[in-house]
Amino acid sequence: MGNRINKKLNEDGKLLSIYFTAGYPKLGDTVEIIQQLEKNGVDIIEIGLPFSDPLADGPTIQQSSTAALKNGMTTEILFDQLKDIRKSVSIPLIIMGYFNPMLQYGVDAFCKKCQEIGVDGLIIPDLPVDVYHEEYQETFEKYGLINVFLITPQTSEKRIRFIDSVSNGFIYMVSSASVTGAQSGFGDEQQAYFQRIADMKLKNPQIVGFGISNSETFEQATKSAKGAIIGSAFIKHLNGHGVDGIDKFIETIR
Amino acid sequence: MSSYFKKYPNDQGFFEDYGGAFIPPALEVEMKKITDAYQTISKSHNFIEELRSIRKHYQGRPTPVYYCSRLSKKYGGRIYLKREDLNHSGAHKLNHCMGEALLAKHLGKKKLIAETGAGQHGVALATAAAYFGLECEIHMGEVDIKKQHPNVVRMKILGAEVVPATHGLKTLKEAVDSAFEAYLKDPENTIYCIGSVVGPHPFPMMVRDFQRVVGIEAREQFMDMTGELPDHVVACVGGGSNAIGIFSAFLEDDDCKLHGVEPGGRSLEMGEHAATMTFGTPNIIHGFKCYTLQDENGDPAPVYSVASGLDYPGVGPEHSMLKDMGAVNYDIINDKETIDAFYELSRLEGIIPALESSHAVAYGIKLAQEHPQKSILINLSGRGDKDIDYVVDTYGLPE
Repeated sequence: MGNRINKKLNEDGKLLSIYFTAGYPKLGDTVEIIQQLEKNGVDIIEIGLPFSDPLADGPTIQQSSTAALKNGMTTEILFDQLKDIRKSVSIPLIIMGYFNPMLQYGVDAFCKKCQEIGVDGLIIPDLPVDVYHEEYQETFEKYGLINVFLITPQTSEKRIRFIDSVSNGFIYMVSSASVTGAQSGFGDEQQAYFQRIADMKLKNPQIVGFGISNSETFEQATKSAKGAIIGSAFIKHLNGHGVDGIDKFIETIR
Repeated sequence: MSSYFKKYPNDQGFFEDYGGAFIPPALEVEMKKITDAYQTISKSHNFIEELRSIRKHYQGRPTPVYYCSRLSKKYGGRIYLKREDLNHSGAHKLNHCMGEALLAKHLGKKKLIAETGAGQHGVALATAAAYFGLECEIHMGEVDIKKQHPNVVRMKILGAEVVPATHGLKTLKEAVDSAFEAYLKDPENTIYCIGSVVGPHPFPMMVRDFQRVVGIEAREQFMDMTGELPDHVVACVGGGSNAIGIFSAFLEDDDCKLHGVEPGGRSLEMGEHAATMTFGTPNIIHGFKCYTLQDENGDPAPVYSVASGLDYPGVGPEHSMLKDMGAVNYDIINDKETIDAFYELSRLEGIIPALESSHAVAYGIKLAQEHPQKSILINLSGRGDKDIDYVVDTYGLPE
């Protein structure tokens, strides 16, 4: 069965992907946010499953996670909120979260549930590619899920090649070696990194994340990559405006 | 023996099912660099010679093994202590801090970064940083900074910068986040120095290797003193660094029983103890897989122990493996038994033990009562000066 992610990646043009933390600003906002994002032309949505003990999130996403957990968000509740999502939404949906809650839920059960709901892929920043390859790849494939791996400017070429061989969707290209967060622009060093990866001619397209907040950074990031992911900047918008004015936020990007 | 250490951990840092490095790619890259550097540098002649010299002339090693004649007379058995309380700065912690700092020096790093809960690891690392002339940045929850004032002062006297973690609950977990974040901002010039045999690979291996000196010394000293191996070896387990240190020398001695003592706290209800292996399940915490105490959502559960060095909702991956193998017996001692042992050792032997180590002493006393003919070697991992005000204020002085 053709995964929605692959179909989307085959379309022309640059892709805009938006990340938000499920259960934030309010516990019940999840479905509304997803519908609004699709309506406003977003291509791929990453639904963040909040975790209390993240190791790679900047302060904005961490605060939203803490708030979402305080609101009562759990794996079970997220799945429940998403159970009818495919009746109203057709763009690719990805769940992004730390490995621990998935392990706690049971990896097989988690993946099965994702398939039932119509989730297309997962991003698990702390699941090493070797462990995935040895222990979980079969399970993910059994349920038709695409697993997306992250690379950073420091990831070795050998590692990138391995990740490329194991991936069957896209590669999440972290723009800097730091934690997540919006920044004002990309320097020469980052642009050179984008070019270096483009020159590797990987079989999986790349989508850039970390540090994208406006049309300028979006354009820089997608010069050689297939798309870009916006997280912190969108969370900040939600923090100020709630679910209202998502259209205005998207307009500032493209 | 050497085959065990070659086998565990494997190249990816696994002790059978436990350990590994479940970390985001930015950290993965840095951990790989530390692993590679450790594998080459720690085996070099220069490194080994320098560490040996530091241990002897600066730390005052080997620390003695001491026979507790009055304690043994009262409770039975033959009770011995490995005196890590006499290691410089008052606990076994300095063994791995000096090793980590020496590695930092060989790598040309300028600064050591770590988190600390009660401040013990922070003080030991600040000591090591001062010795090597390195900068030291210790992240500590704002709540802990207030609670552990004397250790904060000690760190500052030693020249360390204490950075408060001000988000969330403002305790150890937030200090870990804050320290990792600071480390990732400048991994070229800094090195992260973890406080126990926990965290992502290579830390459980590195800290274990640096702590093996405790077991190697103790085994030889005990044989010298008695002509045989101890029947029982006892150590407290929070993260598990002192326990791994002493157990590592006895793992292949079938007749020598190993006991890891977990904090039973106030009661056996969730939130009242930190007996991770006794009540926990395998999961991931702080980038590695181990037995953990967690709530139904997979979030680390609140934990408690009278000994702040033991209240951690995870445990070293190697301990998790040794438990499954049945190679070590893990059991619990509660707060009350701990306080009783704290005073018993103080009054019968003139040694004030750390509350962490008092757990091991309490368990050793129990074993002595059950096996009056046997010899028992307890790792006295630290001295109790830091605990005296708390104990007397909370529990009073015994008759």
